[in-house]
Amino acid sequence: MPISSPALLDTRYPLETPEGVDLLLQPAGLLPRLLAFLVDLIIRGGIVLLFSIALVSLGRFGWGLWSICFFLISWWYPVLFEVLWQGRTPGKHYMGLRVVHADGTPIGWSASLIRNLLRTVDMLPLFYSAGIISLLFSQRLQRIGDLAANTLVVYREAPLNSAPLPEAPEVIPPHSLQLDEQLAILDYAERFAQLSPERRQELADILCPSLKLRPEHAQASLLGMARFLRGHA
Amino acid sequence: MKQQQFEQLRSDSWLHFEQQLEQLEKGDKHKRPAEDFPQRYRALCQDKALAQSRAYSNTLVERLQQLVSRGHQQLYRHRSRSLSRIVQFLLADFPRAVRREWRAVGIASACFYGPALLLGVLVYLFPELIYSLMDPAQVRDMEQMYDPSARRFGEGALRSSDSNWVMFGHYISNNIGIGFRTYATGIIFGLGSLFLVVFNGLVIGGVAGYLSQLGFVETFFGFVIAHGAFELTAITFAGAAGLKLGWSLIAPGNLSRLQALQQAARDSMTLVYGVILLLLIAAFVEAFWSSMNLAFSTKLIVGGVMWLWVAAYFGWMGRTHAAE
Repeated sequence: MPISSPALLDTRYPLETPEGVDLLLQPAGLLPRLLAFLVDLIIRGGIVLLFSIALVSLGRFGWGLWSICFFLISWWYPVLFEVLWQGRTPGKHYMGLRVVHADGTPIGWSASLIRNLLRTVDMLPLFYSAGIISLLFSQRLQRIGDLAANTLVVYREAPLNSAPLPEAPEVIPPHSLQLDEQLAILDYAERFAQLSPERRQELADILCPSLKLRPEHAQASLLGMARFLRGHA
Repeated sequence: MKQQQFEQLRSDSWLHFEQQLEQLEKGDKHKRPAEDFPQRYRALCQDKALAQSRAYSNTLVERLQQLVSRGHQQLYRHRSRSLSRIVQFLLADFPRAVRREWRAVGIASACFYGPALLLGVLVYLFPELIYSLMDPAQVRDMEQMYDPSARRFGEGALRSSDSNWVMFGHYISNNIGIGFRTYATGIIFGLGSLFLVVFNGLVIGGVAGYLSQLGFVETFFGFVIAHGAFELTAITFAGAAGLKLGWSLIAPGNLSRLQALQQAARDSMTLVYGVILLLLIAAFVEAFWSSMNLAFSTKLIVGGVMWLWVAAYFGWMGRTHAAE
C-alpha cells in the first residue's frame, strides 16, 4: 500500500516493532550534528574555564581535582549525558536530537561508551574528517563510532500541528475515494491554514480533474469533503 | 468508522497513556506507573495501525506515531548494569573475558613486553640509545626524579600529601586517556593499538634500562613495581581489546564486516570496563603507595604480592559456576 511506505525523499527509516507497527526514525544529517557538537564544545569549554578559576585558589590539591575534572569532561561528558538523560547531551537537546540504539531502544552504557571512545578515530586525521566521510557515505548517517556501537542520532518528536479543520459546509465526494485520495484531501484541509492563497488554489487544481470539480469552487469543496471524511462525533 | 468517532472513542485511553509516559520519562523509578502500561501500549499500536490503514488524517497518525515511539523507548530496553551485574563482572565476567581473549591478550602482551625487554637490554648496554627515544630534557628530568642521592636531601619529605592528590588526578586523566586511545585506534585494522602498545613498551623498557645502568635500580623499581602490576596489565588489555576490533574487520568470518565489528565492539567492552578499573587502582596505588619512602625490600615484597594477585585473579577467578 502506498500510504504505509515512507516517502523516498526523506531520510526516515522504518523499524518494525514486535507489535507489528513501524517506528519511523529520522536520522539527523551532518549540519545539525555539527551544530550540536559546537554547542557542547562551548559548554565544555565553559565548564573547564569555571573549574580552572575555582580550583586555582585551592593550590596543588585543586590542580589534582582539575585534572580529574578535565578527564571527566573530555571523555565522560557525552557518555554520562546520553545514558542518564534520554540520549541527549545539552547540544543535542538544543538541536532536537537524541541517540538511540539502531533498534530504537534508549542508549545504554556500553553503546554510548563505544561510540564516544571511537571519537578518537572519527577525529582522524583532522577536524573529524573520518567521521564526516563515514557519515556522508552511510545510509543511516552514522559516523564510525555509531557504526561500531550500532547507534543512530535521530530527531526527537517534533511538536504537532493541532489546528482544527477550517469551517466549511460538508460536501459528499462524487464517487467513493481511494485511500490515498482521502488522505490527500484530509492533508490539504489540515495544512490549509499554513498555505498562501495562491498555493491553496494550485494544490486544489491538481485534484479538480479526478473529482470533477470546477476550479473556482475547488477550495470550498475540498474543505467540505475533508469535513465529511472526518465525520462528526 | 469515521475519524472523529474513532478519536472520541479512544482519546481518553491515549491521554491516560500520555500521562503514564510523562511520569516514566521524568524517571520516577520508585513511583511505578500502573501495571497496564504494556497493555495500553499494545492497544495504542493497534490504534495507530488502524488509523493508518483507514487513511485517517496525517495529524492523527503522526500523533499516534509519536506516542508509539515514546512508548517504545520506555518499554524496550537493553539490559542495564545493575549492582548485581557489577559483582558478576568482578567475580566472573572480567577474568573470563581475559581468558576467552587469550590470543589477543597474548599478542598484545608480546608486543608490549617484547620490545620493552629488547630495548631495556639494548639501552643498558648502549646508554646513548635513550636519546633516540626521548629528548635530553626529558632524560634529565627522569634522572633527577629517580636519583637516590636526591632522597637524602629530603625529596621524599618534600612530596607532601596534597601533592599525592595532584599526581592521583594526573595519573587518572593521563593513563586512562592512553588506555582509551589504545583501544579506539584498534579499529584501524589493529594498527593503532599495535603502535601504541609497542611504543609504550619501548619507552618503559628504555627508561628501565637507562636507569638500571645508572644504578638507580632501587628507586626506580621500588617505585614502579607495585602499580606496574595494574598499569602494564591494563595497557596490554586495552591493546588486546583494540586488536579484537581490528581483527573483526580483517577476518569477519561468516558475518559482514559491519556486523563483525559491532559484535567485536560489544564483546570487547568487558575488557574496556576492566581497563578503567585497573587503571583507577593503578593510579591510587601509584599516588599513595609508590610515592612512600620505604625500604626497597618492603616495596619489592608488596609489589611482588600485587603481581601475584593480578596473575591469580586472571588465572583462576570465575572458573567455577559458584560465581554466578
